[in-house]
Amino acid sequence: MEWIGVSIVNKKNNEVLLEIKGLHKKYGETTVLEDINLSICKGEVIVILGPSGCGKSTLLRCLNGLEKIQRGDIIFRNKSLVNDDVDWQEIRQHIGMVFQNYELFPHMTVIENIILGPIKVQKRNGKEVMEQAMQLLDRVGLLDRKDSYPRQLSGGQKQRVAIVRALCMNPEIMLFDEVTASLDPEMVREVLDVMQGLAKQGMTMVVVTHEMSFARAVADRIVFIDKGRICEIAEPHEFFTNPKTERAQHFLNKFQY
Amino acid sequence: MNLNWQFIIDSLPLYQEAAWITLKLGFWAILISSIIGFICSIILYFEVKGLKSIVKIYIELSRNTPLLIQLFFLYFGLTKLGITLSENTCAIIGLSFLGGSYMAEAFRSGLESVSRSQIESGLSIGLSKAQLVSYVVLPQAFSVSMPSVAANCIFLLKETSIVGAIAVVDLMNVTKDLIGMYYQTFESLLMLVAAYLIIILPLSMLLTWLERRVRYAEFGN
Amino acid sequence: MQSLGISVLFKGMNMQRLFEGLMVTVRIAFISIVVSSLLGIVLGVIWTSKSKWLRLVCRVYLEMFRIIPILVWLFVMYFGVTTALNIDISGELVSIIVFSLWGTAEMGDIVRGALESLPKHQIDSGKAIGLSPWGLYRYILIPQAVKRMLPAAINLATRMVKTTSLVVLIGVIDVTKVGQQIIERSRIEVPTASFWVYGFVFILYFIICYPLSSISKRLENKWNG
Repeated sequence: MEWIGVSIVNKKNNEVLLEIKGLHKKYGETTVLEDINLSICKGEVIVILGPSGCGKSTLLRCLNGLEKIQRGDIIFRNKSLVNDDVDWQEIRQHIGMVFQNYELFPHMTVIENIILGPIKVQKRNGKEVMEQAMQLLDRVGLLDRKDSYPRQLSGGQKQRVAIVRALCMNPEIMLFDEVTASLDPEMVREVLDVMQGLAKQGMTMVVVTHEMSFARAVADRIVFIDKGRICEIAEPHEFFTNPKTERAQHFLNKFQY
Repeated sequence: MNLNWQFIIDSLPLYQEAAWITLKLGFWAILISSIIGFICSIILYFEVKGLKSIVKIYIELSRNTPLLIQLFFLYFGLTKLGITLSENTCAIIGLSFLGGSYMAEAFRSGLESVSRSQIESGLSIGLSKAQLVSYVVLPQAFSVSMPSVAANCIFLLKETSIVGAIAVVDLMNVTKDLIGMYYQTFESLLMLVAAYLIIILPLSMLLTWLERRVRYAEFGN
Repeated sequence: MQSLGISVLFKGMNMQRLFEGLMVTVRIAFISIVVSSLLGIVLGVIWTSKSKWLRLVCRVYLEMFRIIPILVWLFVMYFGVTTALNIDISGELVSIIVFSLWGTAEMGDIVRGALESLPKHQIDSGKAIGLSPWGLYRYILIPQAVKRMLPAAINLATRMVKTTSLVVLIGVIDVTKVGQQIIERSRIEVPTASFWVYGFVFILYFIICYPLSSISKRLENKWNG
């Protein structure tokens, strides 16, 4: 089944979509991220792992302009995102983000949540947007809930709607910030399935998560961050079976029971 | 207790007229207060430099002083400085001055109740600041502030009982005059209490119902 | 000869009379607040009872003061009750009675709200470590209930102080009435007297109420934030 609006891409394509160079971020006097360097290719799925408080969510938020960086550069579509005159409103239409707490708009129905962006921001044709929205909803199995309010949905359903809402903007990259962390265990799978489907269709994704088996199955590369620095970048099978750094080994041990 | 029912029936027109004035004053006070309150809350929410302090001072001054004194000051005090206002206008100005700060507090708490994450969520789908405010913040703020706004409306209607002090021909003055002229004390007081019951009780119930509907429809998550 | 407006405040015994009037206001407010607090606590505890009828009676009592304006109650008491019982009560006493009744109802609601909002598991934990009912109240319930009530109670007190301004309308010689007398006497000499006198009374109320509401806000932020 196809994802409407997501181009199918050959993953061996090496076109660099997003580049992070020497990124430094501080909160007041505390350094939260130090010297982050990463190139993300089109169609790649990057999974960021690391202990709590290591800065992985912050890094994601920097990519979306929700946090400002003090030093370094973020280059997207050959344009630097660090200047003060960056039009984030425009950029955010190409970089979609899904949050841990879904953050659907409670006063709008599911379908209204989804079409708000495309119609009001992208000024697209209403009929076309509606068609895409319904097809996306159908893909995640929630077409019958399109007129429901968020409070009538379960956590897993809300998160799937949140993903559809971001997808309907036709972004080039999708950022996922611990999107299953607030869910009851039995609902985690349905969301991960959606994300895996997206990955298979070639969406460029940067995922922050604690779901190790998901990371192992879906990631093209694992980026391990500890205390604000990138410790290790490796392909999944290498990272999980043979981590090169001590801190990565220490981290992975915590998940062995 | 034997009530003089004839007197009650004869006085009905007077009370009716006075009740209308009370409602009229209340209506204008609520309307103008809401406008003032809304503007003030926006100023406080967006922290508009310069205006923010003025609004804060206004709110503290009007919330910490009694309406009666505000009315006396407006009606008697300003007259001596050459500004003459009719008693009804004074009443509306005084009530709006007081009501505006109460509405400002209600709207402000509604605006602030919309969480930062909701705003970030709106930003992430590319909404501009203006779009954020109209599509995400205001609808939720409205729903949250409804109970307080409703309470303020009832409050303002009750405060209209005070404007009789500056000669507005309202329910209080009609009652006082009738007692003074005819000594039908119980009948007059009975009608007074009944008048306020009739005005305020239905409104109170209507607003409770309305508030419940608005919260139900708009709240989720 | 016309004098400077503000001088009317300092002429002769004016300032002293104003403060005597203020004392009347403060007296009414103070007595009402104290009575309301004590009776309100009692009412609040009664209100938490399991009897639906008892709770209904309390609710109706409160709504009577929430729907009918206080000024109307002052009138009813002052004109109505005195005529009915054929007695002569001073406006001051009527005011204290009405305000106390109103304050008790509101305070009862505040106390009830505070008691009902206490987490049940606190009581369970208290029982689990063997506290007697009195001990439960003393060490667990009352300190926490007080925290929850205090901002609202101070807010009520502030409202009561402001409402005492109404007693001038049933003839009590409070600070507003004294001000009006001064304005009358100074009509020729100081035509702008009403501006200054009412302005002064305005500021007096502000000086009393603003600190109270600030404390209430600060407590609320400290304990709820």
